[in-house]
Amino acid sequence: MRNMTKGLAAGLGLLLWSSTSVQAQELTIFWAEWDPANYLQELVNQYEAETGVKVTVETTPWSDFQTKAFTEFNAQGSAYDLIVGDSQWLGAASEAGHYVDLTQFVLDNKVLDSMAPATVKFYSEYPGNSGKYWSIPAEGDAVGWSYRKDWFEDPAEMAAFKAKYGYDLAPPATWAQLRDIAEFFHRPDQGRAGVAIYTDNSYDAMAMGFENALFSFGGELGDPATYQVEGIINSDKAVAALDAYRELYTFTPPGWAKTFFVENNQAITENLAAMSMNYFAFFPALVNESSNPNAKVTGFFANPAGPDGDQYAALGGQGISIVSYSQNQEEAFKFLQWFIKDDVQKKWAELGGYTCNKAVLESAEFQNATPYNKAFYDTMFKVKDFWAVPEYAELLTALNQRVYPAVVAGEGTSKEVLDALAADWKAIFAKYGRGG
Amino acid sequence: MAELIARLDPKSRAASRGLSDLAIRNLFVIPTIAFLIIFNIFPLIYSLGYSFTDFRASSKAPANFVGLQNYRDLLADPFIWTNFTITAKYVVVSVTGQVLVGFGLALLLNRTFPFKGLITTLLMLPMMLSMAVVGLFWKLLYDPNFGIINYALGLGSFEWLSDPGIALYAVALTDIWMWSPFVMLLSLAGLSAVPKHLYEAASIDRAGPFYVFFRITLPLVAPILLIAIIFRTMEAFKTFDLAFVMTSQPTTELISIRLYKMAFQEWQTGKSCALAYIVLIMVLTITNIYVKYLNRAKER
Repeated sequence: MRNMTKGLAAGLGLLLWSSTSVQAQELTIFWAEWDPANYLQELVNQYEAETGVKVTVETTPWSDFQTKAFTEFNAQGSAYDLIVGDSQWLGAASEAGHYVDLTQFVLDNKVLDSMAPATVKFYSEYPGNSGKYWSIPAEGDAVGWSYRKDWFEDPAEMAAFKAKYGYDLAPPATWAQLRDIAEFFHRPDQGRAGVAIYTDNSYDAMAMGFENALFSFGGELGDPATYQVEGIINSDKAVAALDAYRELYTFTPPGWAKTFFVENNQAITENLAAMSMNYFAFFPALVNESSNPNAKVTGFFANPAGPDGDQYAALGGQGISIVSYSQNQEEAFKFLQWFIKDDVQKKWAELGGYTCNKAVLESAEFQNATPYNKAFYDTMFKVKDFWAVPEYAELLTALNQRVYPAVVAGEGTSKEVLDALAADWKAIFAKYGRGG
Repeated sequence: MAELIARLDPKSRAASRGLSDLAIRNLFVIPTIAFLIIFNIFPLIYSLGYSFTDFRASSKAPANFVGLQNYRDLLADPFIWTNFTITAKYVVVSVTGQVLVGFGLALLLNRTFPFKGLITTLLMLPMMLSMAVVGLFWKLLYDPNFGIINYALGLGSFEWLSDPGIALYAVALTDIWMWSPFVMLLSLAGLSAVPKHLYEAASIDRAGPFYVFFRITLPLVAPILLIAIIFRTMEAFKTFDLAFVMTSQPTTELISIRLYKMAFQEWQTGKSCALAYIVLIMVLTITNIYVKYLNRAKER
């Protein structure tokens, strides 16, 4: 009996010891449910092979990614050690203490030298130009365009286009050309539309879509240093940009009023539109013949320039941050040190992830790896982002409430809409003591 | 515990005594009340407190007392009134449709015919489905590019969910499809309880079908029909998933969707608590009006 008791105690001790050590050998990364998360899981399997630390990428649908992440943060839960969070979250998550300050890590590991400058600025730094960093650029992304090469290269279409508009049919270099091509291919009676754009107003789709016009037309959301919006978001350039975006909507397929990345890829795969805006992260599905029957005839181009030659695109993508409530912060830091290595970033790009590593992005190998990598490289140096302040969601709601009815239902003039939006944003900033 | 064992084993000594009032209180009443207090009453009171603060759950900043500011802001916000107007329109269209279709089906089913049981069961299937699934399913049916509804009705590319003027009615139509069986079920129960001798007497007096319907059937079924209307009004007022899944038109942004965005996307916790209380007061007011009519109908 005594031996049996001793045996049981030893067994229990061994069990406790092994379970404790197993706990320390695991990390959980939280991200949205999409292809890059699968690529990341493949990448981190290599980390497990090298170190023995099991890393799991846990995902949730995009629609409740933000809600689920912040619910866990607010509860100070330790379910996630790292999170690949949206750039807009930086203000909310850092000011509330949900993210670990990575400033020293960024400086010690020369992240500023190894990553593309725009990605560090928008994915990591908050407040802007403060020199404080909260994440490491993980998945670079921006809005680009896909188009039907077979429609564009059809000799009859080319001749008809030239006869109508006086220049050659080719991927648009300007927003004026984008508009002409959208109009040219818009043939509802043939079941074809000119263009597919973002219109969903549930979260940030409408903002991300409109920003492509706004920034390229020379407009801005406001002054990030002073939070002044009056005279900026409702400037003449911004009004012209909204006019252009509203006009594009008239060339979209029927029922294009709640559309984001899924629908915009369908516009190409289902032969619905000649051109479609989407984040680069969704383009791998368009070159894959199993998910796009038109893969061989799908081309890509960067967001075109505006009337004054400005050429910018809305930033997507995310940085990876350590959650303050993680029980495994030391291990998480080790993981980040591994993740930013050049060879790991190269592997990340090979798997399909959009690395932000400057050396990898600049390599000919990366730029020629897919039909859209060159456009991605060009775009990543010309990106701008939405507000990253903690009240960004209220700013998004106001934009959705004002801009959506204008684009989809044609309500009000663009000037009236943006004047109202400027007033809404001014009130929101004033509520949180910004902008004086 | 002995009492419980006694219930399970009727031959035991404890069984002969049955459960005492004390045992019933300890076993069933106290846990239920404790559950209610912890999960219903406490959050209700706690959120009432938050509704007078500027608390944000996403921030570590303490909640500051702002008095009635949240209520004032909400009641002065034209977008919130638009959300209430949309919700009222949705409730009226949806509940009226459900009552007409549901009661109509009940009248058709309130007779003997072959396969009555099977048909009744099949008619009840929609309300057994998940709201989100129904929403996604109908979104495909309404699709202007490949939806079967436009194809079947020959409507071409009619935009059910993209047209701001139509979208709310399209969502209401889906709700009517889903919840008419509920009204049908309650109406059937009411119709089967109408004494047959009243119809026999009406028949002897040569009463016409309209007279029979308005003087016998409807007054006697009215109380149970009103109960169905109360339940459906409360549910329609709270509708979230169906409209959220099917469309994102501002003309379909029901008050519960606005509340969700305010609470869980914008993290305006204090303000959203205030909005939740405004909605609660409205639902209680409407329910009380119905209950008053229900009591009147019962007294008749």
